[in-house]
Amino acid sequence: MALLEVRDLRVHFRTDDGIVKAVDGVSYAIDKGRSLGIVGESGSGKSVSSLTVMGLTRFSDADITGEVIFEGNNLLEASDAEMREIRGNHIAMIFQDPLSSLHPFYRVGDQLVEGIRIHNVVSQKAARERAIEMLRVVGIPEPGKRVDAYPHEFSGGMRQRAMIAMALSNEPKLLIADEPTTALDVTVQAQILELIGRLQEEFDTAVIVITHDLGVVAEMAGDVAVMYAGEIVEYGALERLFLAPEHPYTWGLLKSIPRLDAARDEELVPISGRPPSLISPPSGCHFHPRCPYVRERHTKVHPGLEPILEDGNHLVRCLLESPTRKALWKRLAAGEEPAAARQEVEGVPTAEGETV
Amino acid sequence: MGRYILRRVLWVIFLLFVVSAVTFLIFYLLPSADPAVLRAGKSPNPALIAQIRHTLGLDQPVYVQYFKYMKNIVLHFDFGYSFQDSQPVRKEIFSRLPVTFSLTAGAVVVWLLVGLPVGIISAIKRRSVADRTSMGLALLAISAPVYWLGLVALYLFSNDIGIIKIFDGAGTYTPLRQDPARWFGSLLLPWMVLAASFAAFYARLLRANLIETMSEDYIRTARAKGLPERRVIGRHAMRAAITPIVTILGLDIGILLGGAILTERVFNIPGIGLLAFDGIQNADLPVIQGTVLFGAFFIVVANLIVDIAYAFLDPRVRY
Repeated sequence: MALLEVRDLRVHFRTDDGIVKAVDGVSYAIDKGRSLGIVGESGSGKSVSSLTVMGLTRFSDADITGEVIFEGNNLLEASDAEMREIRGNHIAMIFQDPLSSLHPFYRVGDQLVEGIRIHNVVSQKAARERAIEMLRVVGIPEPGKRVDAYPHEFSGGMRQRAMIAMALSNEPKLLIADEPTTALDVTVQAQILELIGRLQEEFDTAVIVITHDLGVVAEMAGDVAVMYAGEIVEYGALERLFLAPEHPYTWGLLKSIPRLDAARDEELVPISGRPPSLISPPSGCHFHPRCPYVRERHTKVHPGLEPILEDGNHLVRCLLESPTRKALWKRLAAGEEPAAARQEVEGVPTAEGETV
Repeated sequence: MGRYILRRVLWVIFLLFVVSAVTFLIFYLLPSADPAVLRAGKSPNPALIAQIRHTLGLDQPVYVQYFKYMKNIVLHFDFGYSFQDSQPVRKEIFSRLPVTFSLTAGAVVVWLLVGLPVGIISAIKRRSVADRTSMGLALLAISAPVYWLGLVALYLFSNDIGIIKIFDGAGTYTPLRQDPARWFGSLLLPWMVLAASFAAFYARLLRANLIETMSEDYIRTARAKGLPERRVIGRHAMRAAITPIVTILGLDIGILLGGAILTERVFNIPGIGLLAFDGIQNADLPVIQGTVLFGAFFIVVANLIVDIAYAFLDPRVRY
């Protein structure tokens, strides 16, 4: 049985402008001790879906349906008290900006101690010992002294280390890392990812990493879900998504990050267009306004998330035929422009204006 | 920290000099009346006025008067004598300080007891009936001037002309030492009238601060830790939301200790505010000068205390 299984999760926020479908039918599962990467741009619903797993969207005006099964219990039906017992104890979370995520007026150690004592009946002294131990585990120098420092006295990387220490102090079964490295320097990013990977093994914790950066996902093993407009558009093992991706949006993400093994003159290709509205998403395939391979039919039919023939665990939400997608990716991977690749694969010239 | 405080204290002294000079100038440039004529009786003659002028020292050049005045303050802590009743101004002010202090302290207690809970409930139950009602009333209370609210209160509740006579001694101030019960009764109405707009302002301010704080990332962290909502609000959100309130509270107390002129006048409370009011009416320069200086002193000292307190309230602030 999976540690966490999310089934057809929908999170809709009622706003003055209409209903924002932040998460619209998302399913995924993660086993004990494993990793899952959720990738997408801002507004794809990746953060909202995991905040909902934590029960943190309960505080807003949200309609939540579906199932979040954690160790056999549906968390969406759990009471507030039951959720508090799980939060920070069985499921912990770290966030994007470690400075604003730590309370500026309380000492780092006190913030760790609070999290430990709320879930364990231990003395202040024992909790403090534990906090110092955790700070040592995450690699903060002189933890016995640093435990009494305020967050603003820490560097960015140390703050995120402290957040990780806080999250892992109760040895949770699942750690959700929401853009854990986005606010950090590049050199620190790698250290933090390495730390999360090391502690994942040490504590046997399952980890969900949410990021907009495929480079972050590449650092971990396990499955990857690519989200777009509140839906998963591609899901599969890490290697498959990097080596044989089948969704045009995933291609766009891959082509927009620099690679050391790419030819020197190969240019980075940004994904054109803007992220879709979540109040009235585009008709048909939600990605069609930004897709270089769009056809007439794609603006009318909404594709389902379906497995590909070769690998039942690799799911794609795309109306193109699988052989066509493979042929397109082969040319893109070789460095061809999307328009040229399309022309070659389809064998017909594409004029401007015909694309929609 | 020590250097910072020393620098600020020197600045306070400089400011008080400036305030005294400006008050002197305003009095001579825009006199409310001629103090000598005011005291010459019903049929004054030029010789009498000149003689009074000489007695009061008003025949000397302004800068000489100012220099003498400041010299007496610095050397003897002597604020001169009232033109009106020849009493030492220092004695007048010190005898009225407990009165103004009573008024201020009680009003502060009332407005904190009302304003803070209302602000918290409004922030937590945002857009509820309770929130909308209390914020509407708060707007009313902020807009209502003290002299109007005070007169309405007297009309309704004072023990002579009032419709509902419930406050024994309202309208006639009784010192605390003389009769604590009557002291309390005489100040209850003024406290509430003075506190009304402050309570409303504090409620709105705390509500706004708290709502803003509740959307901070560290509140999300606190919830992610599994803390009960009571603790999330009480310990994490309030700690950040209350800090600016403490600052403003310090300044408001400083201002009120300089005399709540309108409230003291409406309820006839013999505090510093009433002294200043009478001083202005009588063109009584030493009294005006003394009350203005004391008011300024309380305000700048309150400012200083608030700034120092901030370093203790917010660990990120260091001097």
